[in-house]
Amino acid sequence: MTTDFRLLVRSEWTKFRTVRGWVAGIVIAAFLMVGIALLDHSECGGTVTPGGPVVMGVGCSAPLGPGGVAVTDSFYFAHQPLAGNGSITARVTSLTLAGGHGSLSAWSKAGIIIKASTRPGSAYAAMLVTAGHGVRMQYDFTGDIAGRQGAVSPASPRWLRLTRSGDTITGSESADGTHWTTVGAVRLSGLPAIAQAGLFAATPGASQTTSQSVTGSSAAGALTLAAARFDHVRLKGSQPGRAWAGDAVGGSSPGQGLRRAGSTFIVTGTGDIAPYTGGTPVERTLLGAFAALIAVIVVGAMFMTSEYRRGLIRVTLSASPGRVRVLAAKAAVIGALAFGAGLAGGTAALLLGERLLRSNGNFLVPATPLTQVRAVAGTAAVLALAAVLALALGTMLRNSAGAITGVTVAIVLPYFLAIGLPTLPAAIGDWLLRVTPAAGFAIQQTVTRYPQVAASYTPGSGYYPLAPWAGFAVLCGYVAVALTLAGFMLRRRDA
Amino acid sequence: MTLHAEWTKLRTSPGTAWLLLAIVALTATLGALADAATRCPSAGCGLDPARVGLTGVYLSQAVVVILGALAIGAEYNSGMIKVTLSAMPRRLNVLAAKAVIITGLVLASATLAVLGSLSAGLLILPGRGFTTAHGFTMVDGPVLRAYAGTVLYLALIGLLSLGAAAALRDTAAAIGIVLGLLYVLPIVATVVSSATWHRHLEQLAPMTAGLAIQDTVGLRDLPITPWAGLGVLAAWAAAALLAGALVLRLRDA
Repeated sequence: MTTDFRLLVRSEWTKFRTVRGWVAGIVIAAFLMVGIALLDHSECGGTVTPGGPVVMGVGCSAPLGPGGVAVTDSFYFAHQPLAGNGSITARVTSLTLAGGHGSLSAWSKAGIIIKASTRPGSAYAAMLVTAGHGVRMQYDFTGDIAGRQGAVSPASPRWLRLTRSGDTITGSESADGTHWTTVGAVRLSGLPAIAQAGLFAATPGASQTTSQSVTGSSAAGALTLAAARFDHVRLKGSQPGRAWAGDAVGGSSPGQGLRRAGSTFIVTGTGDIAPYTGGTPVERTLLGAFAALIAVIVVGAMFMTSEYRRGLIRVTLSASPGRVRVLAAKAAVIGALAFGAGLAGGTAALLLGERLLRSNGNFLVPATPLTQVRAVAGTAAVLALAAVLALALGTMLRNSAGAITGVTVAIVLPYFLAIGLPTLPAAIGDWLLRVTPAAGFAIQQTVTRYPQVAASYTPGSGYYPLAPWAGFAVLCGYVAVALTLAGFMLRRRDA
Repeated sequence: MTLHAEWTKLRTSPGTAWLLLAIVALTATLGALADAATRCPSAGCGLDPARVGLTGVYLSQAVVVILGALAIGAEYNSGMIKVTLSAMPRRLNVLAAKAVIITGLVLASATLAVLGSLSAGLLILPGRGFTTAHGFTMVDGPVLRAYAGTVLYLALIGLLSLGAAAALRDTAAAIGIVLGLLYVLPIVATVVSSATWHRHLEQLAPMTAGLAIQDTVGLRDLPITPWAGLGVLAAWAAAALLAGALVLRLRDA
């Protein structure tokens, strides 16, 4: 930065800080973020609509898995202790609906599992058949490796095997019990010397309906049961003489259990072994950014247009004839101020909002500190970019009304349409959040989309169609183009 | 006379014609695009053809906001207001004249805009599954109410914006606040998770309440009835105009 440019920035900063309304606008932006976060008095376990579907106890708590991820870990587990190295083999001949209405959801699962303990959230590796996604090897909740496709039936059974060797568990499958294919080998940390090995069955609620709000969703559905039929069950390395024990991991539900008929085991269970997709995402505390956006857009546009209104632009450009540099200095000042307001307001909103949500019994989806920093700093950067976009549009239009409306309509309206307009097809909403400047809000996303969990991954529940940095890049692209055009027009036109 | 003067001012402003044209073009074009993108595969698909056809209003109302705010805000920004008030010392008459002109202009362009959406809907929607077999009638009482009510909705948005600009004496701040009320309030309202309070907010926010006038399907489950919703928006516009009138009357220009 040359001295010359530093002086320019300094003179623009002096202009800014001497206009009371602009300073007020920036301060208001920060306070709006905090204030709106403090309005959030959600309590856990609220109903969606009076008389509507019963909401299951979603959103109130969830165990944490080995990686610190929130997980759902409830299923019926028929198990025996497995000391040290060994293996478990079983043949699955069917996976059917045993209770509830409708049909099994595609991610209903049953199979064999080696798990550190029966405590929900403990490490595990499993070979399983699913109702609609073929054979899978899944481990530690987030891991998912696809095996052979196709549904299981008595005519087309699946042989599954898990072999433990130290911390490594190898999963393999076979169609006939003699020719085996390895599906995957995974290392589990924290697997004790004596693990639990056995058979399990689980099915997420079949008739799931999800109500959508901006950053929270709640699932409701009838409880369903899945029954899986196993035979040729063989444990190697199990402590001899031990009997099968049955446990409903993660809380018991009526209808779950283990039935044995000769060498056939029928395990009936409900629930899921998967990452938890409910709960409140931490970025919900940053919702005030939408109100703050309007404030910084107004200030950003006026920072340029008021020069035109008063004719001050001629003085400014006579004093520093490098016109593009004037624009750059203004962009630097307004961008830095909006970023600062967003960072201060966002940090306070996140810290206070998280506390408030927790104190009302809400379960916040765990996010690493780095992710939270990305969400807050990213939100501040979105505010900065919006202010600069308004500045650029103000330079082009020389008119605050058009600049403010243009930027607001470009950033806020697509988001509103995507999350708040039920008549708009979801595909159009996703498209809007990909190609408009509203794509930048993706930087706030802290929740993860898991292909192996059927959930409502809508923008309204916090899932954007673009990855955080990709969405942010789209917004940056708009700002870059607008600044270039503004610089070009500033140079070409008379002031 | 005041009316005539205001009419001349607005008529000869360079942007007015473009803004009015934009209202018509945006409403009709976006409505047609939404019509084309929507599918109603079976009876009871839960979609409201009037709402779909009038999707463009979400965007074109922003243009109405500009029009309303500029009608008085531009005079404050340029200092012209002093000339206006010297020529017409009856200040409330000035505001009333502006309100009449804005209402007339918005009503005229909104009527064209809505007729455009209606024709697009009549042409496109039956091909997208909104057929009599699926229980839809393209033109009946509720549908006419939705389309005619949307014209009134846009006129009220214009008055709300005019009142806000008169009260704040600044175009930029007025546009920011009105757009915030329209677009941001429904987004921010979602922090209120209590179903009862959420419903109250939907009944109070100017856009969600006002656009209830477009509902033709599932009328029993609405947070607010169509005409009551438009009444809420009218109350917002009246409050803004009242504030604007007070500021105009009591403060030095």
